[in-house]
Amino acid sequence: MVRAENVYKTFYTTHKIEALVDVSCQIDKGEVVVIIGPSGSGKSTLLRCLNMLEKADKGHIYIDGVDILDHKTNINKVREEMGMVFQSFNLFAHKTVMGNLTLAQTVVRKRSKREAAEKAMALLKKVGIPEKAGSYPDNLSGGQQQRVAIARALAMDPKVMLFDEPTSALDPEMIGEVLDVMKALAREGMTMVVVTHEMGFAREVADRVIFMDEGKVVEVGTPEHFFRDPTHDRTKLFLSQIL
Amino acid sequence: MSSFSLTDYLRTRGWRHISIILFFVMMVAVIGGIYFATQKVEYVWRWYRIPQYFFYKDTTEIRSEIGGEVVSLVPKGDQVEVAIRGVDVEEVYPVPAHSLKVSKGDYIYPGDILGVYQKWKVGILLIGLWITLKVSIIAVLLGIVIGLFAGLARVSKNPALRWTAITYIELIRGSPLLVQIFIWYFVLGTMFNTLLARQGMSQLSPLWYGVAALAVFAGAYVAEIVRAGIQSIHRGQMEAARSLGMTYPQSMGYIILPQAFRRILPPLAGQFISLIKDSSLLGIIAVRELTKATREVVTTSLQPFELWFICAILYLILTFTLSMFVQYLERRTAIGG
Ligand SMILES: Nc1ncnc2c1ncn2[C@@H]1O[C@H](COP(=O)(O)OP(=O)(O)O)[C@@H](O)[C@H]1O
Ligand SMILES: [Mg+2]
Repeated sequence: MVRAENVYKTFYTTHKIEALVDVSCQIDKGEVVVIIGPSGSGKSTLLRCLNMLEKADKGHIYIDGVDILDHKTNINKVREEMGMVFQSFNLFAHKTVMGNLTLAQTVVRKRSKREAAEKAMALLKKVGIPEKAGSYPDNLSGGQQQRVAIARALAMDPKVMLFDEPTSALDPEMIGEVLDVMKALAREGMTMVVVTHEMGFAREVADRVIFMDEGKVVEVGTPEHFFRDPTHDRTKLFLSQIL
Repeated sequence: MSSFSLTDYLRTRGWRHISIILFFVMMVAVIGGIYFATQKVEYVWRWYRIPQYFFYKDTTEIRSEIGGEVVSLVPKGDQVEVAIRGVDVEEVYPVPAHSLKVSKGDYIYPGDILGVYQKWKVGILLIGLWITLKVSIIAVLLGIVIGLFAGLARVSKNPALRWTAITYIELIRGSPLLVQIFIWYFVLGTMFNTLLARQGMSQLSPLWYGVAALAVFAGAYVAEIVRAGIQSIHRGQMEAARSLGMTYPQSMGYIILPQAFRRILPPLAGQFISLIKDSSLLGIIAVRELTKATREVVTTSLQPFELWFICAILYLILTFTLSMFVQYLERRTAIGG
């Protein structure tokens, strides 16, 4: 479903930052993969390279067999099939919840207004806030906003969902409601790539865990492997700090 | 307990009342001072002469060009067709019925009056105001279009577009508007009008070169305002839109620009208020806008004090109306909730 091969990404600011160094990974259909690692280890960059919000410098990234780094690929078509949920929600501030959910459906998917609205309502029920359809994002709690953001991505019927620390900006009491939505999604068989520090979620839902450090994939394995006896010292150190 | 206390009064509402009174006293003092000074230089205020430069009654006389006898008066609507037969010519003059001064059988000499009537006409100040308004509106609309595209080019990733926009913006912002108006009229205008003449086409009037100068000038400032507006919208908005499969233009059109619009409005209004005022420079290339019209009236009427005050007030009305309109737009586009 998603395959990255020897991906490199370097940022040039005041100095050179090697955000991704020879990263390879694979996510199969229906799999939930959790990416963990210390801050600045390149988790976000990897996720953003998967849907071309960042362009990888080198390597190959295949989505559903399509090489997205090939410049003949229409990246917009690829992105239609990939939902992304951001740490800071990024709801469209000038649109209501309903507007957030229907816009891309009508503009990109060319659905009728009615069809889009019906789909939006169904998804809002699913994430538990149908009564907020007419509200503006500013009047929602963080947890509600993030659930709307998930619904917005789902409205496009994506084949893969990417989550970049979806609960990191939330007050502790709201983390649960967002994780519940994500767990439900995982149970339905959605292919998911989740960057998170919620180890409980990783343990409960992940099929595989990827540990990244300093732009490299250090260790890949099942949650059992990670939480019982990780191989590398870096992994052990990180887990001891976070658990 | 309830007895009047000056200190209590001062502490509560007193200072506020005194300030308000002070404001009016100062206003009266300034106006009075100016009036007093004009008395000293023996200026005679003649406000009653001013309205004629807005509207005036124009007397029209219809005169016969030939001599002869009035042979017939044929009513046609509210006009009367006066037929005059001379030695070997006959002419027909339509004259408004109520103003008819001749009757059938009269003998007319060349130059005799057949009818006299008066009509309200628009005065030169009002025409000047209209030209200023017209020039400003066209230049504002063009300036928005130019500024929007230049602003979008300015934030584009494409170096050709971006550098073109930067060059344009810096060139325009780096030289005086007056010089630009001269270049538009005396350089570009001369070239373009000569080319038009070669093709046998009619020339463009100075007004259009003036409009072009103002629009291109305002466009550069609008471009910077648009750029700042776009860049003030959080990067995540664009990323969220793109991650949903929307193209760059779609994301701009549906997500970024509508949000930027509200932030752009106040500086944009300021820019266009400047533009209205800057249009007063167009007088130097013979566009008869409000300032030039005022100058012309001043030379003929010799009432400069009244006229320049009136001129300023007319500009004030235009700019004030614009800022009211923009405030209304701001309220209309406020994000509800
Ligand atoms: N747009 C960018 N420009 C410059 N440096 C960046 C950019 N994005 C990320 N980086 C740098 O790349 C490294 C990896 O960042 P990131 O992928 O965000 O890490 P993580 O998500 O694991 O915390 C960091 O050192 C970060 O500062
Ligand atoms: Mg990150």
